[in-house]
Amino acid sequence: MNLNPDLRYRLAVASRALAAIGGGYALSAVTAALLAVVLPMQPAEAVITATLLSFIVFCCAVLWVFAARTAWRAWGGIVAPGMLLGAGLLALRSMS
Amino acid sequence: MREGFRQSMAWLHTWSGLLVCWVLFLVFCAGTASYFREEITLWMKPELHASHAAPITNAQAAQTALTALQAKAPDASRWFITLPAERSTALRIGWISPPPKDAPPKTRGKFTSQIIDPLTGEKMPDVRETRGGEFLYRLHFDLHYMPALWARWIVGFCAMFMLVAIVSGVITHKRIFKDFFTFRPKKGQRSWLDAHNATAVLALPYHLMITYTGLVTLMFMYMPWGIQTAYKGNQESFFADVFPSARNGKPAGKPMPLTPLQPLLAQAEQRWHGIPAAGITINHPGDANATIQIRRQEEKGLNYIQPSVQFNGVTGALVSADNEDIGGANATRGVLYGLHIGHFANPLLRVLFFLCGLSGCAMVATGALLWAVKTRQGYAKKLAAGGRVGFGLRLVEALNIGAIAGLPIAFAAYFWANRLLPVAMPKRPDAEISWLFIAWAVAAVLAQIRPDRRMWQWQLWVGALLFMGIPILNIFTTSSHLGVTLFMAQGPWSVAGFDLTVLALGIGLALAAWHLGRKKNATKKTGKQGLQEPRETSEAKLQEAA
Repeated sequence: MNLNPDLRYRLAVASRALAAIGGGYALSAVTAALLAVVLPMQPAEAVITATLLSFIVFCCAVLWVFAARTAWRAWGGIVAPGMLLGAGLLALRSMS
Repeated sequence: MREGFRQSMAWLHTWSGLLVCWVLFLVFCAGTASYFREEITLWMKPELHASHAAPITNAQAAQTALTALQAKAPDASRWFITLPAERSTALRIGWISPPPKDAPPKTRGKFTSQIIDPLTGEKMPDVRETRGGEFLYRLHFDLHYMPALWARWIVGFCAMFMLVAIVSGVITHKRIFKDFFTFRPKKGQRSWLDAHNATAVLALPYHLMITYTGLVTLMFMYMPWGIQTAYKGNQESFFADVFPSARNGKPAGKPMPLTPLQPLLAQAEQRWHGIPAAGITINHPGDANATIQIRRQEEKGLNYIQPSVQFNGVTGALVSADNEDIGGANATRGVLYGLHIGHFANPLLRVLFFLCGLSGCAMVATGALLWAVKTRQGYAKKLAAGGRVGFGLRLVEALNIGAIAGLPIAFAAYFWANRLLPVAMPKRPDAEISWLFIAWAVAAVLAQIRPDRRMWQWQLWVGALLFMGIPILNIFTTSSHLGVTLFMAQGPWSVAGFDLTVLALGIGLALAAWHLGRKKNATKKTGKQGLQEPRETSEAKLQEAA
């Protein structure tokens, strides 16, 4: 691809912003959803703990996206754990 | 987005901070003011200043309120009584009237609220209508002129940016402890950097706490996914577990007289070892299914969740006692929430919270200015050759003026409107709020037209004069000005405190404006008029130029 450097830079920023905001939210949402079911507490307590933690996950995810050296690593660091947690959630669903 | 971890974090800090800084500035200012929400409301109702010190027992007040409600709203589906307390001495009643018969189904009843005389039960006749500090509190997370739901998402989005900006800002810092003791004045960009570091680091634990706990206050809205999975999306059953006092049955449609209130109040207060009740809610008064809920006043604990008891409204039997034994996670949430709203704070601690909030405002403002100053320096050569600054910088500089210098004008206009609008004017609270936004809009538009140093100076002076003028305005419009409250020592002290605070804020703004004017003269002397950096110019640079 022969994009000019300026446009290339902008696209890179847009891609990471999307990974950070959209991907970060999705990852923290999946984390909250899974923790709320697996934490060994009363349901209400587990939900609250999971939700409290999810914002910290979100923050760390955003930092990761912008700290990663390449865009692939940035996206990978969001998508891979997201898929893993999502798979765990689906597995639990199908068991219950 | 840069080489190296620290550089990437610096980039992230810059942009996550800049993009939302103007909304954050508003949220910080309104939130800081909300620490004194009750006091601001009292100040904005000068008719109540005299009746401030009329002690009355909770039982008397509750009886007066109940009699008033029975007379004024016999058909209401719900009655609310807010009993007088330390910080808010007014007795307030409220009710939800049933929707009219011909209204479409699902229409919600109308909520009415009145402050009444605790002795006679009559509506305080000439208390001016105002939303007072309550409006600033709502503005803090509901903004205005838009549905509250959107506003809360916008504010939450900005708060998340802020959390990222704070954490990345800390990572960026190599010498966080040293920077705290570093201030290099009159050095342009470096001074702004030092000012930003000082305000940010000084109250860093506060900034982190307030941002995270702010998200926590609305976390079930932002992050409902745990409820989705653990409760299969049944929010109601979750909230019934977490907020047990929220449940509320349906009316039976069979009229039955209400049980006397006073024994229930006594029973509740005895249960709480003498800590008085804060308020009473009566559901379906006069119906066979009536319930009476009594909430405890906030103790000086960090947790905001307060115990409450619910009684059968006909027999007076105790139905349930809630929030007496809270689970660990919910207690944690309660403490985080409590830290955010700071109701536990005694007056001195409250002042400290207020000062921390102000340092938050300063942190956001200096950060926004730092970006503009830094970017303008990148244009130095272009400007020297007669070029112009880019669109982005111009926009940021104009927004900076409109927000940082304009918002104080808007807040002051709100307080001025409170004193100057006719007391009996219809829709008075809305008019006060309109004045806030009119003043702000004028400041913001003027800033967009002419975003230069002179505009900074003008707006800072206007804000300063308006704020410093408030105590003077009080002399002409009320009988509880500083001469009475402070010099004749008649109080109420919170009213004197308000006047002194706005005076101090006005002096602060005046100093900023004065400082700016001095800088401009210095710039003229050295013959470099093209520079329009707000408030500061690197004097070292000027000397070089000279």
